[in-house]
Amino acid sequence: MTAPAGGAHGGPVVVDARGLRCPAPVIRLARAARDSPAGTELTVLATDPAAVHDVPAWARMRGHELVSSAEDDGVHTITVRTR
Amino acid sequence: MATRCQHRHTASTSGSGAPGCGRADYRAGVTPQHDDRPAPAGVTHATPPEAAVRTFLDAGGRAPLLPQARAAYVEALDQGWADPRRLHTEGRRARMLLDGAREAIASVVGARTEDVDLAPSHTAALHSAVLTAAAGRRRTGSQVVVSAVERAAVLAAADRVGADARLTVPVDGLGRVNLDAFTTAVARPGVALAALQHANGEVGTLQPVPEAYDAARRAGVPLLVDAGASLGHVAVGPEWDLLAGDAGDWGGPAGIGVLVTRRGVRRSPDRPDDEDRWFPGGVSVPAALSAAVALQVAEASRPTDDVLRRTLVDRVRHRVGADVPDVEVVGDPVERLPHVVTFSCLYVDGEALVGGLDALGFAVGSGSACTSSALEPSHVLAAMGVLTHGNVRLGLPRGVTAQDVDRFLVALPAVVGQVRDAFGVAGL
Repeated sequence: MTAPAGGAHGGPVVVDARGLRCPAPVIRLARAARDSPAGTELTVLATDPAAVHDVPAWARMRGHELVSSAEDDGVHTITVRTR
Repeated sequence: MATRCQHRHTASTSGSGAPGCGRADYRAGVTPQHDDRPAPAGVTHATPPEAAVRTFLDAGGRAPLLPQARAAYVEALDQGWADPRRLHTEGRRARMLLDGAREAIASVVGARTEDVDLAPSHTAALHSAVLTAAAGRRRTGSQVVVSAVERAAVLAAADRVGADARLTVPVDGLGRVNLDAFTTAVARPGVALAALQHANGEVGTLQPVPEAYDAARRAGVPLLVDAGASLGHVAVGPEWDLLAGDAGDWGGPAGIGVLVTRRGVRRSPDRPDDEDRWFPGGVSVPAALSAAVALQVAEASRPTDDVLRRTLVDRVRHRVGADVPDVEVVGDPVERLPHVVTFSCLYVDGEALVGGLDALGFAVGSGSACTSSALEPSHVLAAMGVLTHGNVRLGLPRGVTAQDVDRFLVALPAVVGQVRDAFGVAGL
């Protein structure tokens, strides 16, 4: 695996899953993770409260690292770093 | 044979006649797909088609009624229909049956008859336990210590005690309360009550109740133990000050909750005055008697039922983990209820799983958000830090067979696979 440098094109990768119900936010994030080199920081935006629990659980199952999780006005912003 | 069918069969043989497996009743509830076709002349549908075989694997909180409980209910409708508050012969007869029910329940849980109150639901019993016990100690404080995985009724009642009244203690990945944090929390000044379930009904994990009871005792705080998922399934022990139970869970009728209060635990009524001080209006006498009979039957058959159901849960835990990719089987594998098992499948929608299994004849529960009326997923799964989506919860009823479970285990991988194919998640 090549050394990571942010996203595939050097910028942060944001997955917009607002309005989608679980497991859709996790699936979108997983697709982005599959398409990214190791060490990429991926941020998912979700309005489904289940994402707050399911994104960290998915990251644990896949060996990714949870970087941060925050909520603002009903939108959850969760960032992981791919392994 | 489906378990529900077996129960009905046994019950119906105790009455007059013995209709074949109670199929008339059964078919009234579930319409086989084949009935859309016009019936050929002379065909009476005496045998349900294969697709209509139902396997009920969701015996948590509402288990199939035990045949002896059904018989007791019918008997009590004749003997105990009158108002137990009345002084005439009919009323006194109803009162005798009601007190007999309380006595039988008291004997099983190791309490005095006068300590047992019957509630119109398990939820009502929990609400009353929290609110009245906290009110009884309001001079000491208004804080209520709870584990994060208590039933919603306990958490909501604790919130009702006062603003910021609830002190929530976290659990580990198996759903077991952090005992050190619990011990520290109950020892804080101003704690009126502590609550810890005996076992978690969603994931099966047993809680360290004796240790928590010691900690609460040292702090002088009464401990409410919610045994709603345990009574009739595992030994509950004497370590509690208030004990709550759920007749529907142990194979009795729905509509009876139990609240037992040790002598010396102070409570203040939270309802308007009534002859039935804690649960105004009282409960149905036939339901109470039926609940007590069911508990006695459940206790008597517990050792046998325990062995079979524990073995079948072990089989589910092992086979699901081996046969379904990307699945988390949650809860404690050993220190658990004998009949409850829960797992979560990655990238799967719980509603689709419940629906797909139901179409194949399997009734299962789920803690996923999309399967409840609320948008929030199970607070228990969330507190444990496990996947909340794709969740399946089994509660094996008494009388479940190895064949029932094996058919489920054979059907499950394909159902999960179909949902995953529909989402296009292969290789993620």
